[in-house]
Parts: sequence; C-alpha cells; structure tokens
Amino acid sequence: MSGDWNDGGVSTDLFAVTVLGHDRPGIIAATTAGLAELGLNIEDTTMTLLRGHFSMMLLCRGSAGRAEIEAALAPLAADGDLDVAVRPVTDEPSHASDGTPWVLTVHGGDRSGIVSAIVAEVAAIGGNITDLTTRLAGDLYLLVAELDLPAGTDASRLDATVSAAAAGLGVTASLRPVEADDL
Amino acid sequence: MSTPVDTEQGSARLAAWSEAELGVEGAVLDVVRAPAGVLSARGDDVDPTAPEVVQLAADLVATMRVSPGCVGLAANQVGVGARVFCVDVSDHPKARTRHGTFVLCNAEVVEASRNEKAREGCMSVPDFTGDVKRGSRLVVRGQLPATGEEVVFATDAFEARALQHEIDHTDGLLFLDRVAGAHAIYPRQTYL
Repeated sequence: MSGDWNDGGVSTDLFAVTVLGHDRPGIIAATTAGLAELGLNIEDTTMTLLRGHFSMMLLCRGSAGRAEIEAALAPLAADGDLDVAVRPVTDEPSHASDGTPWVLTVHGGDRSGIVSAIVAEVAAIGGNITDLTTRLAGDLYLLVAELDLPAGTDASRLDATVSAAAAGLGVTASLRPVEADDL
Repeated sequence: MSTPVDTEQGSARLAAWSEAELGVEGAVLDVVRAPAGVLSARGDDVDPTAPEVVQLAADLVATMRVSPGCVGLAANQVGVGARVFCVDVSDHPKARTRHGTFVLCNAEVVEASRNEKAREGCMSVPDFTGDVKRGSRLVVRGQLPATGEEVVFATDAFEARALQHEIDHTDGLLFLDRVAGAHAIYPRQTYL
C-alpha cells in the first residue's frame, strides 16, 4: 500500500522497473531487496514466465532517484543474463468507465497473425484491452483477454466480427460477459 | 454421500425463519474494508441467545438490506469479531435452492462438494474481484439467533457460494485468501 510520503516535502516519484531474462530462483528476492534498501514502496507488480523467460514489471514509489535505483539493481544484471531497466513514470489518473467488462478467449492451431487480427476487431469498436495473456503450447495457440467495451456496444456484433476473423484463421473465439458476484 | 443428520428439517426451519423472530429493530452499521484487522481474525464463538448477539443479528440484516446487491454480511464486516452472519439470495438469478433471509451463529461447513469456479466481489474489498473455487453442494451446521436452535441444512449453487464466503469471513478469511492463482485477481473498474 502506498502511504503518505509527501510529509516533509519528500519526493514521491513513481518508477517502472522491468526485469527480463533467464529464470532462476531468487530474482524477485534480489530485486525487491535492492528496492527495499532504498526505502521504495512496491505498488503494482506483474511477473510471469514467458516461454521460460523471467518477465517482471513493477511500479515502485519513493524518494530515490533513477540512477540510485539502477545502481542498486546493477548486481542483478552483472552476469549478463538479465536485463534490468528503470524508468520514471507519471501517475495515471484513474477514471470511471461507463463500459462493461468482458472476457475474450481464442484458441486453435498456431499460425502468425492471430493476435493482430483479433485485437484489430476489438480496437475497431473502441474496446479497451485491460489484461492479456497469450500462450503457445505445441501447436495450440491460446489468447485470453479482458476487455472493457464502451457503453452501447453491441457485444453480439463484436462476437460475430471476432468470430469471423477467427474463422478466417482457422481458430475459434468466444466472448462472454464478466460476471462478478458481490457477496 | 449421505449425511447422518436430517437436513430436511433444518432446511424447513431455516426457510420459515425471518428477522421478526429477533424482536428487535436493526440498526444500519458502517461496513469496514480491508486491511482492517477484524477481517483477518477469526471471530469469537457466540451465545446465540445473548441479547447483544440478537441485536447484532438484526443489525446485520438491516445493513444488508440497505446495501445494493448485497446477499450476505458477516459481523467482521461491521467491525465485530463474532461468528455471526446473515444471508439472503432470494432475488439472485444464480440461486437454485433459496432459504430466504436468515442469520446463523457459529456456523461451519459440514460437507462441500462439486467445486465450481466463479468470480467474486466483496463489500469489504471493493477494489478487486477474484476467481474462487467453492463447493456447489453444501451442508452447513449453525445456530439460529435468539432461540439458539441448531440447524443442519443442505443447499446448492449460489446460496452455497454465499454461505462459504460468509463462513470464511467468520473464520477471518477473505476471498483473496482463496483465489485460484496469481492472475486470478482483477482490479475492479469503477463502472458508472
């Protein structure tokens, strides 16, 4: 959680740290130890393995500067199999959406152009992708995306255009509303 | 699987229950949000006949009633560390078996089977939803407030999910403690 770091005029700059490369145990431990030593507060993080490659992006906030963070994380990249990047980012205003959440799944035989053809249909109607995973396992290609569709979108029409694009590539697509039940 | 206890009788008793049995007016309480510590601690077992528990039961129902879309509320969610909650899935389209409005004290899951995954949200965790597997067939044991009668009953579908979510609250667990994986938690968009 982000505390109020503005007391005493301390800077609350936000940095994006990306770490990519050969996976091994301890990468996250080493990265976060470096950030903790600088008093940085980790906010949102995503990490996964992409075809076995370690892939992480985290946003951290605090009073350290970019060069300091880079220096603290330099040992991680020392043996050359990890790529570490630090860049300042600005806070994004969070705005309420008047749209609706959907999940799009596409799967089928692998070939080039599936993602671009499918997401082009989403973009064409002003849909915003808020989360995306694609995976290739053997010959099976899989895409799962979370979409925010603008108010008034005819979802059955998008389903039809996405399905048509998918059919043209020999894959299948399904679009369904996200149903989160409040308990 | 058979259960040793007659769930039919408990089911009928629960369905017949209403908050009128409490005999007190409920007050609407503030709902607390994570990371409040009370949400992460197991509540105390209660005496269901104690006047303060009866009042709490009425307050939970009253608070649930004024919260749009709310189908259940645990005492932890109003800042009280006591094993009491209310449920009402009467109007929910995903419910199959429905027992109407009820309050249970010291409730526990006797048996849960046929897990199904669904996305849940919680008034106490307003910024996230998450995919959680829960039994869709459920047997629960608990005590009714005011009379203290023990009821054992079976339910299914959405009422089963709601009960497991609320019993988890009384045990100090949030749906966050049960999400299906690291990428099974979603920031909730603020929809207008």
